[in-house]
Formats: sequence, C-alpha cells, structure tokens
Amino acid sequence: MVMTGAQIVIETLLEHGVDTIFGYPGGSVIHIYDELYKRRNELRHYTTCHEQGAVHAADGYARVTGKPGIVFATSGPGATNLVTGIANAYLDSSPVIAITGNVPTNLLGRDSFQEVDISGITMPITKHNYIVKDIRALADTIHEAFSIACSGRPGPVLIDITKDVQTGTTEYEPSNRPAMHAASPKKLVNIGEKEFEEAARLIQEAERPYIYCGGGVVLSNASEELLAFAEHIDAPIGLSLMGLSAVPYSHPRFLGMVGMHGRYGAIKILHESDLVIAVGTRFSDRAIGNTKEFLRNRKILQIDIDPAEVGKNIEVTLGLYGDAKAVLAALTSRTPPLRHEAWSRVVEDMKAHPDNNLEMDPARFTPQAIIDAVCRRMGDHVVATDVGQHQMWTSQYYRFKKPRTFITSGGLGTMGFGMGAAIGACIGSGKQRTVLFTSDGSFHMNMNEMATAVSNNLPLVVVLLNNNALGMVRQWQTLFFNGRYSHTTLDRTTDYVKLAEAFGAQGYRAKTIEEFERCLDRAFHVQSPVLIECSIDCDARVLPMIPPGGSINDIILK
Amino acid sequence: MQRNQCIVSLLVSNHAGVLTRISSLFARRSFNIESLTVGVTQDPSLSRMTIVSWGDEYLRAQIVKQLHKLVDVKKVQLMDQDKIVVRELMMVKIKLEDGGLPEVMQAINAYRANVVDLSPSSIAVEIAGEPTKLNAFLHFLSKYEIVEMCRTGPTALGRGSYCLENES
Ligand SMILES: Cc1ncc(C[n+]2csc(CCOP(=O)(O)OP(=O)(O)O)c2C)c(N)n1
Repeated sequence: MVMTGAQIVIETLLEHGVDTIFGYPGGSVIHIYDELYKRRNELRHYTTCHEQGAVHAADGYARVTGKPGIVFATSGPGATNLVTGIANAYLDSSPVIAITGNVPTNLLGRDSFQEVDISGITMPITKHNYIVKDIRALADTIHEAFSIACSGRPGPVLIDITKDVQTGTTEYEPSNRPAMHAASPKKLVNIGEKEFEEAARLIQEAERPYIYCGGGVVLSNASEELLAFAEHIDAPIGLSLMGLSAVPYSHPRFLGMVGMHGRYGAIKILHESDLVIAVGTRFSDRAIGNTKEFLRNRKILQIDIDPAEVGKNIEVTLGLYGDAKAVLAALTSRTPPLRHEAWSRVVEDMKAHPDNNLEMDPARFTPQAIIDAVCRRMGDHVVATDVGQHQMWTSQYYRFKKPRTFITSGGLGTMGFGMGAAIGACIGSGKQRTVLFTSDGSFHMNMNEMATAVSNNLPLVVVLLNNNALGMVRQWQTLFFNGRYSHTTLDRTTDYVKLAEAFGAQGYRAKTIEEFERCLDRAFHVQSPVLIECSIDCDARVLPMIPPGGSINDIILK
Repeated sequence: MQRNQCIVSLLVSNHAGVLTRISSLFARRSFNIESLTVGVTQDPSLSRMTIVSWGDEYLRAQIVKQLHKLVDVKKVQLMDQDKIVVRELMMVKIKLEDGGLPEVMQAINAYRANVVDLSPSSIAVEIAGEPTKLNAFLHFLSKYEIVEMCRTGPTALGRGSYCLENES
C-alpha cells in the first residue's frame, strides 16, 4: 500500500498495540497530527501544557503499564523541552519512545527555523536514537525503536523524523505484530553451568545472606520469584528507592529501604550480612554511601540484565547476567532450602530495635500522619511523587502493596516530574484514583499540568506538603551549612486553593490532621482533580540520614 | 607507549553519527582515547575501528561493556596483544638543507620508508610499521626541522584464526 511517512508513523504505532500518546503539536509534526486526527478513534492523544509534562507522562505511563510510553513533540523548542524527561527515563530505565519532527532534509544544518540537532543533544541520554531522512527506512526504524526500548534493560529511544519524510510516500504493508512489552519474558543471558554452581555455592556457604534489590526487579515483574527465593534461602530483603513496591511493605521478609534515607534496620542488617545478593540495582552512590564500608567483610553476588552494571560501582564476587525473574527462579531451583536460625533472630531483634522506629510525633500534623491517612484510603492504587523531602517521606512511610504502584524520579531526581508522571500513571492505570505527593518547590515547576488533569477529568489527588521551603536543600543547610539558608526559603504567596479553582480543579487546605482527613474524604468522592495543601513545619527533617559518602557509622538518627 | 595500554577492535554500522556515539561515550565516561582509526570493511554496511586506550582492569572491562551497549556496535573485543599484527602509517615532511639529501636518503632506506614528495626545500616520507618503529624513525629525524607530519594511529588485525567476527 502506498503511504505517506506520517501514515506509516501512525500505522506502525498501531501495529505495536499503542493506544495512548502524550504530546504537543507544532509545524514540524503537523502531518503526523493530521493522521492522528483521522485515527482518533483508535489512538488517544493527550495534549499537555508543556512537552516536559508530556514526556514525564509517557514515562509514568510506561512505569505503571510496562508498555512503552509514547511522546510526540515538534522540532526545536518542542524537542528540547523533552530533554529533562528523556534523561529522567534513561536514568530510571523507563521505556519511552519520543517521536519528534524536524525541518525538511534540505534545510538541515542551515540553522533553519526551529531546527535543532535533537539526536545529537539526546545521544548520551537515550538507549539509542535516530534521525530519519529517508522514508524507506522509516518503518523499520520505528519497529527497531520498539524493540530497543523494551528489550533487555529498558530505556528511552528518540526518533527524529524530517518533514519531507513525513510528507513523502512509499510502499508499506502493516502486519499484525505481537505487542511489545517491556516485561515480556527475557531469556537468561550469558549464564553458564559454572556460574550457576558458583552462585549456588556462595549462597549455601553464607551464614548471613541479605537480598538487596533495585528497580530491575520491578521492571522484570520478578516480585513473586523474589519472595519465593527469599523464603527458600531464608534471607531478609532490603530495597533501593527504585525497588520500592517490589515486595509488600508489610511482608515479614522486608526490612525497608536502603540508602541515604533508608531504614536503620535495613541498613544495619546489610552491614552485618556476609553475602549480599543484589538484584537489578546499580549500587548508586545515594543507595550505598561509602563503598569501602559497604564491601567490608562481605561477598557480593550481583544479578543484572545489563552486564555493564556488574562491577561498575562496586567490586563483586560474582556477577550473573540475566533477567531478574528468570535468574531468581533458576537460583531457587538450584539451591536446597536453607535455614539460618541465628541470623533470623538477629534480623527479628533488629525490627524491634529502638533506632529502627520511624515514628514521628503522633500529636502533630506530620508528613507521616499525612501519608498514613492517604495510605489507609488508597488500596493498591498508584502513588507518584516529586523530588525532595516529601519524596523520601513517602518512600519511608507509604505501605506499598503492589509492584508498579510507586512512581518516582530516582536516578535523575527531577523536581517537576510529579505532575506529568502522575497524569501518565493515572491514565496508564485506567484512570484509577492516583495520588501525587509534592511540595511547594516541585509543584511550582510544572503545576501548569493541573490544566491537563482537569481537561481530562482525571481522579488525581495532589497532596502538597507546604513547608514554604526547598525542604531537602534546607535540611542540608541545617545539617552541613550551619543554618545558612541561602535561597531556600520560598516566600511564595501562591494561594493554592484559588490556584486549583482557577484551573477548574477543587482546592482544599488543611492545617491539622483532622482537617486533612476530612479533606481526603471529600477528595476521594470527587472524580476530577483535587489539590490539598497541607501546611507543615519547615524544619521537619527526613531521618535517618547517612551523609553523602558516609556509612551506617555516620547515621544521623535525631 | 603507556603501561596498561590496550587495543580494542570494533565492528560498527557504517553510517553517519557512529563515530560521534563512540567518542562521546569515551568522553562522558572518562575513558581515555589515545588513537582511533576507522575504515569500511569487505561488507560495506560495516566499518572496523581500532581504538588504543589505557586503563586498569576495571576500566578495560567497562570500556568493552559500555561499547557493547551501543546499538551500532556489532562486535567489540579487547585484543590479545600477543596475537595481533599492529601497523601504523606516518608521513613526515622535513626541511632540506643544502647537500643534506644523501644523509636523509640513507635513513629512509634503513627504515624502509618511501619518499612521497620532493621539492627543492623539503622532502616528504611515508613509513608504515609498528608504532615503536615509527617512534624510532621520528627520533632520528629530530635533528632535522620537521615542517609537518601526521600519523594515522595504529590499526590491528588478529593473526591466523584469531579474528573479530560479526556476531549478529
Ligand atoms: C530540577 C531540579 N532542580 C533542583 C533540584 C535540587 N533539589 C533537590 S531537592 C530540592 C528541594 C525540593 O523542594 P520541594 O519540592 O519544595 O520539596 P521538599 O524538599 O520541601 O519536600 C531541590 C531544589 C532538583 N532535584 N531538581
């Protein structure tokens, strides 16, 4: 069939089972949008307020569904507005496919109107990218992009399509292809008998094993296999920020988050273990702190689908390259059931250790009380965050029940991620009620997307912890800069209730936990966006805290 | 040459932008590049690169693993330096003093270099061989005035059955 390039874009997306697109139109993608108009019954396009919102939405959508998130943007400023979101997806291994238009091939390289070299700009922050200048390569490029974004360790791919390719014509025959899914079963990679035997030996020799997992376990849908393995070898589990939601919060094997703001018991037990089995984690500096201390007296068995991660940040005893789900299942079947009586007692005692207690003063309107009140009403719906103290409190206090229900910017720590991501997550979860925890700093970055949430009538509850400060930076200034609060006190006079109303959403304000509970009850009966502003103390701190580069010995508990 | 020096051979897609992807990877991961050569192979869709770098065992492993992740890199191998032939090409133009030609010609013959250009005031020479041989020749020429020179950087090929083959 003879098709235009714009038609091929839409056809190939449909072939891959795409039904949702986030984006923002413009001159260089107008032909693609014209095709979108013709196929509007098959493809739902969400127009955001800014391309950053669109790419974060595609990212949030991908994290919730496991399917690639698609984002469209025009050339020049449209494309550059995607950059932060693409970097964010890259650092959190999220399968985002960005399709941008560019000026006609004959105008490339002449600093034409709205021309930027977006493939050059995004080269270091994509898994791969393309500029398509020949229509005959278009369909294959898009198919390849899906396979690259979703296979192995997922990641963002950008396809820049010149305008003449969109308007040109060629023969193309769409076919029925299996829909690409980031979580489609992956084969074991590169693990021989010898490695498996060695791994089984390490596990059997360990007296104090500890399982430490990151986002790879969520991406590979390996929760069940992880819990079975932990049971089988009798080991506790600690998770990185990105790993959260992989196991239910209340599971007896789960000790909490590991890292700079991790839970005392989870970190302490890790430091007492003699074998760390690390799954789908890159040992980020925020999670590990002092690497020497981390490695002292223990062996490390690292499992990752990306061989380059094995041994990159931490020297490991043994690395297994493969998909977490498959490798964990294989390890379970290749080791006898194990019991570690003494170690289990140490672990159980630690849970009751006073320093493991995260309770905040119950008499006050604390972040913990706010998060707890949301958690009690939420079931297993999706929770997203922005970046800062509120993000860490959510990761510490929220009791996640189901994988892929915690959407947060881990690797890049992108303030402003929340609004877009929550919108994408809400849409990805079939428009189930979604909560975004944010704060005054982050919210101001991309609050324009409230308009997107309102236009699409999304049941999104934005819980804004207003501490009138860039709280996380302020906390560092308190602890490490003698209270010199350089430019972190936000003297904003924004009236959030009126702001929400101006967007067409509902806005509430809470100054006590009782008020907040009432606001939440109301919010949970509304099927459209609600913002609840909670005034909290600007000196509330995220504790415990291990200073950057420090170890459990440096932990600040009070 | 550097201690810990290593030679990495690659087969890469032969299209625009591949060189940028590779050099930008080296730059952003703080890998060293001493030299890089590239040329098309018998299969016109593939180019072969030889990168000379240096670093400890950790860096060498990371170089190979990170390169491997690039979609355009079809094959990457840290070459065993005992099993390869390494060659480099250099061209040097030196200023000719009156009556100096015979002495220069002697050296050129001794090093099996070739004259590629001769003018009343200068002589240009090409020499191919192991980088160490080129260094020695250059050292000898240092007593003359070098007008300009260029080196390609080493390129390497495995001996006998030791090959870099396209996996895909
Ligand atoms: C885009 C961006 N700019 C700056 C930072 C640095 N930063 C990290 S946390 C933080 C403060 C966040 O403040 P807020 O959103 O109000 O959250 P809080 O810490 O008060 O909960 C800042 C400025 C960042 N992570 N992202």
